[in-house]
Amino acid sequence: MSTQPEIKAAYDVAIVGAGPAGLAAAAVTAGCGLTTVLLDENPGAGGQVYRGIETTPVRDPKILDRDYTDGHDLVLDLKETAAEFVRSAVVWSLARDGEIGVSVNGHAHMLRAKHTILATGAMERPFPIPGWTLPGVMTVGGAQTLLKSSGIVPEGRIVMAGCGPLLWLCAYQLLQAGCTVQAILDTTDAGQHHASMRHAAGFALSPYVAKGVKLMAAVRRRTRVISGVTQLAAIGDGKLQTVSYIAKSGNLERMETDYLLLHHGVIPNVNLAMSVGIDHTWDEVQGCWTPTVDNFGTTTVPGIAIAGDGAGIAGAWAAQYRGRLAGIAAVRTINPNATGLPDELAIRRDLAHAMRGRTFLDHLYRPARAFRLPADDTIVCRCEEITSKQIRETVALGAQGPNQLKSFLRCGMGPCQGRLCGTTVTEIIADARKVSPQDVGYYRLRPPVKPITLAELAGLPQTDDAAKAVVRL
Amino acid sequence: MFRRLPDKTDAGVVNFTINGEPRVGRRGDTVAAVLLLSAISPTRVSAVSGEPRAPYCMMGVCFECLVTINDIGNRQGCLIEVTNGMRIKTQTTRREAGA
Repeated sequence: MSTQPEIKAAYDVAIVGAGPAGLAAAAVTAGCGLTTVLLDENPGAGGQVYRGIETTPVRDPKILDRDYTDGHDLVLDLKETAAEFVRSAVVWSLARDGEIGVSVNGHAHMLRAKHTILATGAMERPFPIPGWTLPGVMTVGGAQTLLKSSGIVPEGRIVMAGCGPLLWLCAYQLLQAGCTVQAILDTTDAGQHHASMRHAAGFALSPYVAKGVKLMAAVRRRTRVISGVTQLAAIGDGKLQTVSYIAKSGNLERMETDYLLLHHGVIPNVNLAMSVGIDHTWDEVQGCWTPTVDNFGTTTVPGIAIAGDGAGIAGAWAAQYRGRLAGIAAVRTINPNATGLPDELAIRRDLAHAMRGRTFLDHLYRPARAFRLPADDTIVCRCEEITSKQIRETVALGAQGPNQLKSFLRCGMGPCQGRLCGTTVTEIIADARKVSPQDVGYYRLRPPVKPITLAELAGLPQTDDAAKAVVRL
Repeated sequence: MFRRLPDKTDAGVVNFTINGEPRVGRRGDTVAAVLLLSAISPTRVSAVSGEPRAPYCMMGVCFECLVTINDIGNRQGCLIEVTNGMRIKTQTTRREAGA
């Protein structure tokens, strides 16, 4: 593997995202002799789950255990190949013909790939509660990223709120790192316990079950866990000071604290995939948009595949296997005579094992309606500061979908380009119109999907035809 | 405040400034990480109402950590590593027409 090589004009395969799926896919395609470029906007390989895997200052296995450090094997596998890894490479456009716009250190490049694999992973589901924009409120994943990449943890009292495996894992890691986790406010929807029980047998066979049970017990021993929490709010003047919630008893409780870490699951990061026109459908159970893919990650746009959590949430192990399968499909398309392909059937067996119990988790941790559809004055669009009430009023005026809402409210038009409000906006409109989120649709996304300066665009090499198209002769 | 856990690696240090003040970080720290360590709050105000904001997702999706780096505005601090000589400035004014 070469790191930070000059970006070339053409490759057999371009892979966006160097998490488990991207690293595994690149190892397959480069291992079979295809010219492969792996692009990641972060300063290093690993994605979010193995964030900072090569550089982390945290070398204490009691804080970051083998489930994290094993990710290093993926980097080592890739190092055996001739893949080209470009870090801090921000992909801002992808065209249907495989042309990719990417910026590295303030310089834009256009490259072309015969086959593109999107391994852009997941992001945390937006968690719109009153006061979630206050300094002192962060995502659980954000706190975990600080821990992994820089060995930095919040000092002071921490309240963690929400539901899902990552909440418990990160609570455990912060406790192990000596942090003061004052309480966990568990928002798991009581109604989902019943729905999930039908899938409990599958979960009993999950590779995650033993660790999950042990971890939750360890956290419960060391911090207060308050279940059945509703009406969560962050309160403060200029920064977070108090968390309020309604407990199972029905009483309104208040807790003074320094940090509130929020999490209620992860959803595919769809911006790049949607911008190139890949079909997505609304997943009712996971409550998110999921691209339409076959079991190799092939999408509805020829030559562009999706691997890993970006193709539907399934976790790090599944991401690795799905990355390999997408890599195999790329090799078979570009060079059917290639040798050295990994054993597809063995990968499929591993994938099936990694997927066990997923349905149980999806059902159990489906966020309660009140947390997906916030009330009244709660900000939904953080960038443009648009509230739930404004969205409902605008729907009542006749705005039928997220794109019309943009014209009325600028909702979703700030710097995050709808990433932090899109799913909520779709669900609120669907609820108000009494139709399904599928019928409402999502923001129409267009490149650039990441910010790029005019100077970077102007600095791109221009063809004669392109110059003639704009210069008056 | 945020604090650093003991670091036994030999990553080395980098020197940079935040709002003109000299600061020291660990090589590999992101701009958003050193902002949180610096205890400067807020690290940004919202462009619409001027409300205080701080880094939120740390993974490039929320854009709350936008800062001016070496005179270029609206850079995503959580995706950029601090380097020697880097000049980081917090964005403390809201959006004005014609500004």
